[in-house]
Amino acid sequence: MIWIIAIMVFIMLTSAIAVLLVDSLVSAIAATSAISLALSVIFVILKAPDVAMTEVVVGSGLSSVILALALYRISTNTSVQNKQQEQRDA
Amino acid sequence: MRNVSALVFASGLAFLLMVIAWQFTVGAAPMLVGEAILQQAASELGSANLVTSVVLGYRGIDTLGEIAILFTASTATALVLSSISDKPSSKNNTEIRDKGTILSSSASLFFPLLITLGLYIVMHGHLTPGGGFQGGVILAAAFFLPLLAVPGRGVNHSGLALVEGFSGAAFIVIGIIALFQGNAFLQPLWGHGEMGSLLSAGSLPLLYAAVGLKVGAELSGLLAQLGNITESEEDSQTESTSTKQTTMQAENK
Repeated sequence: MIWIIAIMVFIMLTSAIAVLLVDSLVSAIAATSAISLALSVIFVILKAPDVAMTEVVVGSGLSSVILALALYRISTNTSVQNKQQEQRDA
Repeated sequence: MRNVSALVFASGLAFLLMVIAWQFTVGAAPMLVGEAILQQAASELGSANLVTSVVLGYRGIDTLGEIAILFTASTATALVLSSISDKPSSKNNTEIRDKGTILSSSASLFFPLLITLGLYIVMHGHLTPGGGFQGGVILAAAFFLPLLAVPGRGVNHSGLALVEGFSGAAFIVIGIIALFQGNAFLQPLWGHGEMGSLLSAGSLPLLYAAVGLKVGAELSGLLAQLGNITESEEDSQTESTSTKQTTMQAENK
């Protein structure tokens, strides 16, 4: 049992470091949801299935969807602004 | 200054690691309330899932506070998002665009499954792990999936607001009914029935159904607004590129 926890902690640490090091922001979002998935396995082992369910649904599902939507929004917004800026310059 | 804060952070981390490594006893928590709840909850409330009897029975007002916090946060987010894109939705919004076969067919495949799973988790909150919050998020995801597959499809925001307001009011009304029967606010009502059956634990399943509907309506409204705004942004982006192209053409001429 301790080995499963050790593997999950290793996965969590590597994906947490990957969030910082990865170039693409989308990959960083995927890595944050991987942290939540590994953490939920630890919660199940610690006999907290309610918390594990919340962690999977909110931490790994909803928050990464919201982050991805915000990222998409920011990128379209900045491209619109850049284009307007170019228009003004032209 | 930055070195000092880094030093403080590093020493705090080292202390935490030492606590874990040598298992320092940093005071023993008395845990009086926890043990009392563990012993009494099953006979007092009759909920097979002990966590639910704590969340809704012994700490019902905390749950009301959590719902209020979620409501405030989603309202503030909706306010910010609606003020950012106050542009009228363009004609492109009514036109239904396709986002590929895989996404659209898997969306229509997963939609009923997710609805069933979400309702199951909400309704069995007093029997199995899970409950209103988890099931509500799954319901929100289920309603967001077809929106992702077919963007530009309108969302019935007034219907969502109706569901949310009704379920929030239902939570408080159940609490007030307990008040009128001479109990404390949000105290569980109507006996506890046979433990393990679907109709047990008194008013706890009703409270969790209200929480699930409220969370689902709030979050699906929030997600729909985020998704729809990206759509209208995209429309304005394409419009601006087209105007840019026309101006370029005019300049070239």
